[in-house]
Amino acid sequence: MSKKYTTPFVAAVVGGAVLSLAAVCAQPVSAGTVEVAAMTEMKDPLTKQPGDAAKGKGVFANRKLGNCLACHKLEAMKEQSFHGEVGPPLDGVASRYSVAELRLRVVDPKALNPDTIMPSFYKSEGLHRVLKKFAGKPILDAQQVEDLLAYLATLKE
Amino acid sequence: MGINLSRYALFGLALALTAGVAANAVADEKKNWGAYQVEDRRSGYTYAAPETRAMQDDNFQNPGMLWAEIGEELWNKADGEAGKSCASCHKGPESMKGVAVSYPKYVAEKKNLENLEQRINRCRTDNMKAKEWKYESKELLGMTVFVRHQSLGMPMNVKVDGEAAPFFKKGEEFYNQRRGQLDMACKHCHEDFPGAQLRANVLSEGQGNGFPVYRLKWNGVGSLHRRFRGCNKQVRSSAYGYGSDEYLALELYVMWRGRGLPVETPAVRN
Ligand code: HEC
Ligand code: HEC
Ligand code: HEC
Repeated sequence: MSKKYTTPFVAAVVGGAVLSLAAVCAQPVSAGTVEVAAMTEMKDPLTKQPGDAAKGKGVFANRKLGNCLACHKLEAMKEQSFHGEVGPPLDGVASRYSVAELRLRVVDPKALNPDTIMPSFYKSEGLHRVLKKFAGKPILDAQQVEDLLAYLATLKE
Repeated sequence: MGINLSRYALFGLALALTAGVAANAVADEKKNWGAYQVEDRRSGYTYAAPETRAMQDDNFQNPGMLWAEIGEELWNKADGEAGKSCASCHKGPESMKGVAVSYPKYVAEKKNLENLEQRINRCRTDNMKAKEWKYESKELLGMTVFVRHQSLGMPMNVKVDGEAAPFFKKGEEFYNQRRGQLDMACKHCHEDFPGAQLRANVLSEGQGNGFPVYRLKWNGVGSLHRRFRGCNKQVRSSAYGYGSDEYLALELYVMWRGRGLPVETPAVRN
């Protein structure tokens, strides 16, 4: 397993529009003179309406929405063709992470690994040259994120 | 030159990473790719499926050769007010041997880079008094394929120092800048994950040595700038124009990344 997957990243700058919502950060640690915080989870749901796992399954597979299979393998979705291998397989991911940890990984994985290829699915600011059609919008809306998380929570080993 | 070593370390890491998951890539990595690999740089050929490679290898099967034939016909055809053909001045196509490897290059009169498409068009307007061919027209693609094909197998060798240096730097910045709603840079796919399966595609290093390429998906030949546009749009970012300054700089950087790799035009890709 490579470093890329496991780095408990100390993010020098933890910014981003939606992160201010309610991200939970560990005790600030100092790196040189800059105060930095290692963020590991995001406790508060983005919506009042609880997530719907069935809908979340659709968000996961849909190429225009999560398109998670572009980069991740998932046994539970064997019926779908072409699973990617850019990221680690997501089987049993809910046994490895809490929902709050998964939320941060979906909302803004760059908080954990600033150089990751994985998109921040709930971020709409600080982006460069977004196609007009998508400008100002995150990839997933808040309810889709919560639905997706409800589905991820079912992926237990 | 500003070679970013850490990037190569990362590249190694990414290979190691994908090695664990990509059984095919592992097998391929151990293979001796001959001229298609120079140091740690591998042509898109080495990531292509065996059937696709076979198609490229055989001139009679390679559908891109139809474009080379279009170019060959145009080479001898007089056009424009000067009543000249390319052959009137350049004689046989062998005069173009080795020309392609150094494009894009800095041109003092333009104070800018010029790629091969634009060089061909400059001969049309200035030397033949003919109209420019449009980007992606069968004429410009055909002639570009034909001219590049004269350098088949020769190592790519663009100049990135001196006057070209600021353009190179601009291209490098473009390459590493995240963009689009998906917020990815070229490097995230082509430096961090070559060999890995991205949904239905196997990622390559995004090299330019085979262009213009015959792409099965396009059912035809397309330029490197067309490919840039596609790679921009797939991360939901607005593309730049064909022949734009941004893409010229990016082209220089991409060709430098593939330095030493052989010209493969017309390569076949899926
Ligand atoms: C462009 C590729 C890409 C896409 C698309 C993508 N991911 Fe990821 N994902 C990664 C990579 C690479 C990692 C490894 C960690 C890193 O780079 O930060 C990762 C890590 C993860 C992790 C942590 C897994 C672990 O075992 O540590 C989770 C959970 C995750 N992704 C969920 C998702 C979900 C859900 C989606 C769809 C909404 C998704 N990913 C889409 C590339 C991607
Ligand atoms: C009237 C004469 C004339 C005609 C006609 C002409 N060219 Fe040229 N071409 C030149 C000259 C002169 C140069 C500059 C030679 C040099 O730099 O050594 C040149 C340069 C080039 C170069 C760059 C060579 C290099 O070493 O970088 C290419 C490519 C080229 N021509 C292609 C064409 C093509 C294709 C056509 C037909 C569409 C054409 N030319 C028609 C005179 C002509
Ligand atoms: C989301 C991932 C992704 C990003 C980001 C991306 N590409 Fe690509 N690119 C691909 C895929 C998939 C292909 C087709 C398979 C392959 O050759 O990698 C491709 C192919 C290419 C090729 C053709 C390679 C060949 O041998 O024919 C070039 C050149 C290229 N990309 C350049 C770029 C440039 C320059 C950028 C940045 C503007 C970029 N790509 C960004 C996914 C990406």
